[in-house]
Amino acid sequence: MKALVCVKRVIDYNVKPRVKADGTGVDLANVKMSMNPFDEIAVEEAIRLKEKGVVTEIVAVSVGPAKAQETLRTALAMGADRAILVVSDDEVEPLAVAKIVKAIADEEQPGLIITGKQAIDDDANQVGQMVAALLGRPQGTFANEVAVEGDSIVVKREIDGGLETVKLALPAIVTTDLRLNEPRYASLPNIMKAKSKPLATKAPADYGVDIAARLKTLKVTEPPVRSAGIKVPDVDALVAKLKEMGVA
Amino acid sequence: MSKTLVWVEHDNASVKDATLAVVTAAAQMGEVTALVAGSGCDAAAAAAAQIAGVAKVLKADDAAYANALAENVAPLVAGLMADYDAFVAPATTTGKNIAPRVAALLDVMQVSDILSVEGPKTFTRPIYAGNAIATVESTDAKIVVTVRGTAFAKAEATGGSAAVEAVGGAGDAGLSAFMGSEIAKSERPELTSAKIIVSGGRALKDAETFQSVITPLADKLGAGIGASRAAVDAGYVPNDYQVGQTGKIVAPEVYIAVGISGAIQHLAGMKDSKTIIAINKDEDAPIFQVADIGLVGDLFTLVPELTGKL
Repeated sequence: MKALVCVKRVIDYNVKPRVKADGTGVDLANVKMSMNPFDEIAVEEAIRLKEKGVVTEIVAVSVGPAKAQETLRTALAMGADRAILVVSDDEVEPLAVAKIVKAIADEEQPGLIITGKQAIDDDANQVGQMVAALLGRPQGTFANEVAVEGDSIVVKREIDGGLETVKLALPAIVTTDLRLNEPRYASLPNIMKAKSKPLATKAPADYGVDIAARLKTLKVTEPPVRSAGIKVPDVDALVAKLKEMGVA
Repeated sequence: MSKTLVWVEHDNASVKDATLAVVTAAAQMGEVTALVAGSGCDAAAAAAAQIAGVAKVLKADDAAYANALAENVAPLVAGLMADYDAFVAPATTTGKNIAPRVAALLDVMQVSDILSVEGPKTFTRPIYAGNAIATVESTDAKIVVTVRGTAFAKAEATGGSAAVEAVGGAGDAGLSAFMGSEIAKSERPELTSAKIIVSGGRALKDAETFQSVITPLADKLGAGIGASRAAVDAGYVPNDYQVGQTGKIVAPEVYIAVGISGAIQHLAGMKDSKTIIAINKDEDAPIFQVADIGLVGDLFTLVPELTGKL
């Protein structure tokens, strides 16, 4: 079966974001960008399923600016077969992304769609669930382990108290949690090879999707700053502090 | 006045704590109706009816709703939403699983993990691992939000006397089946509602050392135990101990970070704690920038000494 993998270009996870002085958003000029870490895990899982002979072709999809092409090339270098970039310079909300992915899924008919559980920029944690809803297909969110068994997929999910296992009818949507796998690095020869793999460029209008924002961002501010703390010289001083606070 | 439908998290017998903060948030948006979906959930519905501020309880009792499978409960919720203006769920793994599916069925954008209600359709929420706070206004006809439990006071669990009304939905969508769960058994306070948390990082070396250093201190303080991603990845403790952007978000009275450097992703999960105490041998560790009280030194001597003196 075919696997569709959704990847997003986001601020690198090691960069501390700075809020713009005018309160309109986070300053992304000259900031290092990378593939969303959860999406790397999604790409890796698709490749592992291909290596097991379960998946025959991997299509990587991204919605974002023209530069998101770099993110798709990374996915191709890891092992995806081809890529589709839906270009939009405006920020596209999860609901609109889900509609675009649904339209691509209608064309491509993948047996499995894999997305990260959340993007580390908007922290929304919505796209996978929304794609599943729009397609009327089951969802295995926060996956810790997946195994395809005939016409279904068994997904072990990370939940608040521990783990839970669900069995889903294929086609299905899986969103990746941190511990699903350890993504591989793209080797230099594979990075070179990825340059010649097919990458189709589309627009949201090609899929008939209106990307107008449903949420208006009124302002973006810095979180409250914690007042400076103190350092204590030894354990006795710490114990005294704890007693002062009434916790010991 | 607008009407809100609250997703109740429960174990059939009682209502989980996360729901109480959601009721507080929902009450700021309008009249609260609580939805208890499950199988054999009479007691949970009765408990929900006693929550102060709940005007009505809807009980959907069907084998299909037993394990809160999103494929089965999202259509139920979406169907009920004909009579409501907002769906409000906790930002727990259950809420995060269901709410976006409901939102898409209603063709509305969800607002995730809200910190405050600023107006009928205006909310604040953290973005970029809590490094920025966005104020957003929805233009959708109906609202779907998930609520950060630590950002709202808990509604009183008793004092209310709402009527319970049975409702039905389409039942089993036939797309998914619950196979089983492995729930970590613990006598300790649950992480997201613990008043004190002792959390360990990579510096704890291995599972045995983590146990022998962190557990006695937590026992002394009656504290919950948390961990950084590094400690979880290294297998010192199970996954659901993880505090951070992609783990649990906690805001206890006291958070004691032991051998945790304080990466952005970890701070996102605990920097709203009232008092943060850091014990670390690296005095330049970023954790000291958010710590109210810092102690620099070797945790393997300091923590046992601390435990002994409490």
